Amino acid sequence: MSNFYNFMGLFLMSFIPLMVVAIGAMMSEKGGVTNIALEGIMILGAFCGVLVVKYLGKAVGMNADSSMWLIQGVYLFGMLIAAVAGILVALLHAFASINLAANQIISATAINTLAPALVVFLTMTLSLGQVRGSDEIEVPYALFRFKEMGFLSKIPFIGDLFFKDANLSVFIGIAILITSYIVLYKTRLGLRIRACGEHPEAADSVGINVYKTRYFGTLASGALAGIGGYMLITNIYTVYNGTVAGYGFLAMAVMIFGNWKPFKIALAAAFFSFLTVLASGIAYIPFLENLGFSNEVLKMLPFIATLVVLIFFSKTNQGPRANGVPYQKGGN
Amino acid sequence: MQEKEVLAVKNKIEYAVEMLNITKTFGSLYANDNVTLRVKKGEIHAVLGENGAGKSTLMSVLFGLYKADSGIIKINGEEVEINNPNDANDYNIGMVHQHFKLVDVFTVLENIILGKETRKGLFLDLKECRVKVLELSKRYGLEVDLDAYVKDLTVSQQQKVEILKMLYRDAEILIFDEPTAVLTPQEIESLMKTMKNFSEEGKTIILITHKLNEIKAVADRCTILRRGKYITTIDVPTTSVNKMAELMVGRVVDFSVEKAESKPKEVVLSVRNLSKKLKGQDKLVLNNVNFDIRAGEIVCLAGIDGNGQSELVNVITGLDIDFTGEIVFNGEDIAKSTVRKRIDDGMSHIPEDRQKFGLILEYSVADNMITNQYYKPRFSKRGILKKQEILDYTNKLIDEYDIRSGEGAKTKARSLSGGNQQKAIFARETAKPHNLLIASQPTRGLDVGAIEFVHKTIVKERDKGNAIFVVSFELDEVTDLADRILVIYEGAIVGALDPKKTNHAELGMYMLGTKRNLPKVEAGDHNEYYS
Repeated sequence: MSNFYNFMGLFLMSFIPLMVVAIGAMMSEKGGVTNIALEGIMILGAFCGVLVVKYLGKAVGMNADSSMWLIQGVYLFGMLIAAVAGILVALLHAFASINLAANQIISATAINTLAPALVVFLTMTLSLGQVRGSDEIEVPYALFRFKEMGFLSKIPFIGDLFFKDANLSVFIGIAILITSYIVLYKTRLGLRIRACGEHPEAADSVGINVYKTRYFGTLASGALAGIGGYMLITNIYTVYNGTVAGYGFLAMAVMIFGNWKPFKIALAAAFFSFLTVLASGIAYIPFLENLGFSNEVLKMLPFIATLVVLIFFSKTNQGPRANGVPYQKGGN
Repeated sequence: MQEKEVLAVKNKIEYAVEMLNITKTFGSLYANDNVTLRVKKGEIHAVLGENGAGKSTLMSVLFGLYKADSGIIKINGEEVEINNPNDANDYNIGMVHQHFKLVDVFTVLENIILGKETRKGLFLDLKECRVKVLELSKRYGLEVDLDAYVKDLTVSQQQKVEILKMLYRDAEILIFDEPTAVLTPQEIESLMKTMKNFSEEGKTIILITHKLNEIKAVADRCTILRRGKYITTIDVPTTSVNKMAELMVGRVVDFSVEKAESKPKEVVLSVRNLSKKLKGQDKLVLNNVNFDIRAGEIVCLAGIDGNGQSELVNVITGLDIDFTGEIVFNGEDIAKSTVRKRIDDGMSHIPEDRQKFGLILEYSVADNMITNQYYKPRFSKRGILKKQEILDYTNKLIDEYDIRSGEGAKTKARSLSGGNQQKAIFARETAKPHNLLIASQPTRGLDVGAIEFVHKTIVKERDKGNAIFVVSFELDEVTDLADRILVIYEGAIVGALDPKKTNHAELGMYMLGTKRNLPKVEAGDHNEYYS
């Protein structure tokens, strides 16, 4: 059984960030703006968050013996800054695609190209790493893990699954999932966001401000991508060097596979995370390990699955109709 | 003194809507040129004009979608400024757009309340609006399932949703933009009844249309526009339909089609044993169709929509090659030929959906004019288009076919009015070398002036010695235009009739499948009749 829990531990740490970013992708597209800048936003969000952890942690003297409140406070503040950074980057994309009616693919590609280079550049020139000239910033990921969470960890099965050697991202991620569903389907804002993604002219004709509403969706997606990037790095990485391993793009596939619906996206993220974790976690699944697949093949799996999924689901899964189409008032 | 003031106030509020001296230009085009519209409270006021006369522009100004260059709008006697639909909404103006503004994947209720939602705390509260909408739908007999998704509704049900949307916003001034274009006769009747109901309740209705019968049936007064200019406002009950038509077009309109006796010559197109099944279905959508069309005659295919007309035209024109049977065109079997070969061999096609298949809406008129000939040496040399030649050719056609547009040959096809789009397609298809013209519902959605043009062009084409095949759902059109009538029912040709010896009642019986004068033929049988 411990094999199972170990594997699930790995799985959760990758599943939660992927799901959060995919929900971000959905928030933007539901309002009608394609946001393939997620990868870049994740990278920059994680960068800012990791810097907060490093320097704020140093300032308050955070170490393995610090109180849980201090450590988690730093963790959460890092997440907040990651979200703010995500919003700021998304603002660029929103301005280009909503106000300027620019091609949304190009503005996003610019962000994706810029982000990793900028991070490495800043890391090296400002000597943000552990040693001068290094392009890596250290991440104290182990600090943020709870070994035990009191009585919660004692609940059979669930305790072992969620409340041992986990961090706050698991609960925040689940809260984001539920909130996104409620906002989209139970509130006025959600109804309006979806209307702007489906038929902006209809929304406009009943006096909804399409621009504002689309801004909200895009900025929400930026915040979630920033948070997701930060979660990913602080969940499993010991150092950060300006990459999020293609999770931003994977999130797009997850969103399509999940048919632009929050809970289906969670399931889709679980499927992809399972494949992603397989390469590193196969030791925990003896019968699969015995099949003798090479590690390279396993590492390819999520990306092959992406291709296959997109081939089969692009047709049947229907995104918001006006997604990616700039809206111009009074246009034809 | 006091009396005078009271009288003045009374005069003021006699009109619910006053649009005074409105001018709106798009570039150099005057869409509205000093137009005045005054609508009395509680009346049904029609705005009549040909396609492109500026009716929709005028209403868009009233609804806040466009801003007028000059002019004054008064609502209930008070001068107002309407900058967006929200402002219009505040003055209780509602509009049913010609192209519905509904979100397909939302329910009816969600569509109705969108933009004016009721909330309980942070959350949407659909219960309260549901009560209000149900009450409205009962009161006006507008029954729709509030939980159905809009994409599953028929067009007329969707229109009811649009009307409920206005009522939910407490609209007192209701604008209907071409509301009957997409409805069946029964649905039109019920819409007219609804409008009369509204007017009896004291609501003011502005009806934009080019259908004279409808105006005669419901409207009290009618304002006529022509080419962006105000012509006059008339009292409907005391004005004849012919007079209205004359005012609208600016000359006496000839409703009948004048043509000489046809002189059919050699067979141009013959269709033999044509059958087609839809994928995965046993039912034949085309059931052993046989007929001939000769040079110099107009053959009309009558029938109720959905009996295989579109499939037949697609098969003949080469848009669909999944069928069995023979199509012989100018003596050659073209069943498997490409569309281009058919075009080069002399086939011309006016498609039923002029926006989807007839034109490339984002292209200019000039580019659209050569989509069937651009590869010919006249218009291109080694793969490079000859711009000047194309422009000259287009300008010639624009003159000849009287295609009206904002910027001539360079106008985007999208911004032409429906009638002018159809004229452009007719120009393209009849100016190229051809001897067969296939026209699918050539007058659908057109105003009387444009219909007259289409009919005249078709007769002219016939007199030039071309073979003409017209598919139409309009019985008047069929009997007026045809030299020979074929009736299609459930994919089979069930009747061959002489237009001079038949009437609407008889045609109707053929169309409903209760009568037939052609023998049933089994697939594979050869049959030498039908010409």
